[in-house]
Amino acid sequence: MVDKPHLDEEALAELQDVMENEFPILIQTYLNDSKERIESLKAAMNVGDADAFARTAHSFKGSCINIGAPHLGELCKEAETAGKNERLSDVSPVLQAIEEEFQQVTDALKELMIRGTG
Amino acid sequence: MDESAAESDPLTILIADDSDSDRLILKTLLKRLGHQVLDAADGQEAVALFRAGAPDIVLLDAMMPAMDGMEAAREIKRFAGERLVPLIFITSLSDAEDLARCLEAGGDGFLSKPYNRVMIKAKVNAFNRMRLMHQALSDQRDLMHEHNRQLLEEQHVARRVFDNVAHTGCLDAPNIRYHASPLSVFSGDVLFASPRPAGGMLVFTGDFTGHGLPAAIGAMPVAETFYGMASKGFDGSDILREINQKLGRILPKDMFCCGAMVEADFAQNQLRIWNGGLPDGWLVHSSAASYRLPSRHLPLGILSADQFNAEMEIIRTLPGDRLLLMTDGVLECSNEEGQLFGEQGVRRAVEGLGSTRHPFDALMTGIRRFTGHQKFGDDLTLCCLEMVDEAGLATLTEGAAPSTLAGPTEWKCVYEIQGSTLGEFSPLPLMLHICMEVPGLRRKSGEIYTLLSELYNNALEHGVLDLPSDWKYTPEGFGRYYSERATRLGKVSGHYIRFSFHHEPMQWGGRLRVVCEDSGQGFDFQSHPVLQATEMAQSGPRYSGRGLILLKRLAESIRFHEQGNRVEIAYDWYF
Repeated sequence: MVDKPHLDEEALAELQDVMENEFPILIQTYLNDSKERIESLKAAMNVGDADAFARTAHSFKGSCINIGAPHLGELCKEAETAGKNERLSDVSPVLQAIEEEFQQVTDALKELMIRGTG
Repeated sequence: MDESAAESDPLTILIADDSDSDRLILKTLLKRLGHQVLDAADGQEAVALFRAGAPDIVLLDAMMPAMDGMEAAREIKRFAGERLVPLIFITSLSDAEDLARCLEAGGDGFLSKPYNRVMIKAKVNAFNRMRLMHQALSDQRDLMHEHNRQLLEEQHVARRVFDNVAHTGCLDAPNIRYHASPLSVFSGDVLFASPRPAGGMLVFTGDFTGHGLPAAIGAMPVAETFYGMASKGFDGSDILREINQKLGRILPKDMFCCGAMVEADFAQNQLRIWNGGLPDGWLVHSSAASYRLPSRHLPLGILSADQFNAEMEIIRTLPGDRLLLMTDGVLECSNEEGQLFGEQGVRRAVEGLGSTRHPFDALMTGIRRFTGHQKFGDDLTLCCLEMVDEAGLATLTEGAAPSTLAGPTEWKCVYEIQGSTLGEFSPLPLMLHICMEVPGLRRKSGEIYTLLSELYNNALEHGVLDLPSDWKYTPEGFGRYYSERATRLGKVSGHYIRFSFHHEPMQWGGRLRVVCEDSGQGFDFQSHPVLQATEMAQSGPRYSGRGLILLKRLAESIRFHEQGNRVEIAYDWYF
């Protein structure tokens, strides 16, 4: 059901073009943000705050789409829907998937940066 | 205000997004497009930055902590007031209800993630065009408001000036009833009334082509001419000639003034009327049927002086007769179906009068009933003049108290008019003017005018023209008298009327002696009943009873010389 690629190469190329020197800062900002968001999602799940869970997932989804991580965005959307439907009891697998995918995206982005600067 | 703002000018754009990476991308994108960017991480910060930075366009994430995007949008729109600051929601919301809520909160459009360079540029440009257009419209609206305010203020001032020139004269006399809109001067209607120095009244109703300022400007010289000349004793025809000439000179080609002049002589019970372009006037007799007074002339301000005919129609009246004058506005009153009141409406109102109904009330009621409104058109003027006994009517106010500056006190003057001039010119205003140089006489202008006009008319009509005065006292004779007068005036030659004035100071004030001589036959003053006895006589071969009695009452002494064609009076005035 989730079949989008880890990274959207085309979108990232355009971002690189727009951001020029600031591209590494953008990537770093995104990665830091995302880590915080994953922590927020976990916290919301633990206290059972479905609304906060949905909101965080929604924002996370937006920045993933913008940065060119469509697969992660798709997972965030699933999480958002679950939060909206107050189904926090079964979000654990999605959150798990988000963490794994985020690791993939982080690795891929770091690789891209090394390639970019090399 | 950047009034000359062009589409390509750099803008200040406020962006608010709680996602640091998204904000960084958007900020960089907008900067690359040449704009200045203010960025906020939540709604509260966005509102604060909006107040401080007065941005041109706002891009707002719909979902943010601290203050929701919707709430921030409402705050921002409230603070912007009349200024249009396009507010675009950045959102990945897709639910129709969520999007509708964004618009309700004051959003003007949406921008979705992921950001697209081309899309952002196009959106910012489109909303900037909208902003500029709104600003141009607001500026124009403000300019129009300002112009309108200025115009109203100017009209107000013009109205005050106009009121000073064109006061209502004696329109509040008990024998006059009228309706005129308070702002009628800007509708082009005028209505003036003035008592005449020797008694009687002049009424003028006018209707200028056009509205607004041009009409009001045209009305000014008419008012000044009317009141100025009326108080100096000029008659209706003289004033009409002057107004016609003045308007012809000052008005543009397509502007003129429809008008009616009425000269009421209450003592002799006659009306003179001239109607140039106004609707029919109506003479409503107290006993007999009503009488229509249609326009027989072109409006004022069209014909040149030599083509203009100021001759007034003479109508014999009875006390209680009422004359109705009106402007086009009366005929043009319309009802809800758009039908016009028209001449038919006037005729119905006038002819359906009971014996007790005042024609003014009847016509006003008729108009109200027809239009279905209590208030109707602005350019509607209606005036009703009633023939009454002169006693009790206001006369010309006895001008200002005599000046402490001494005018001429010892002087002599002879003025003689001859030949055909007798038929074309009235020397009365000029002679009155000379006498008015004496401050002590100025308060007595009415009496002086009466004396001079009695002397002059007697010398002309009964001396030079040899008209028997008793003709005037029968209905058949009345018409005959005036037609004969006109015929004889046209042929007069070899005659003269000479006035000699002599004024000298006295210890009580002053004495004016006037000798009036004419080249006519004279009359047997020795046996004139008024001169023989004190009781009134209704007829005499030369002086009509009324005229002679007036002279006797006003003057200190009156003496006849030669064959009765030389009259000498003395008039005393007191400090």
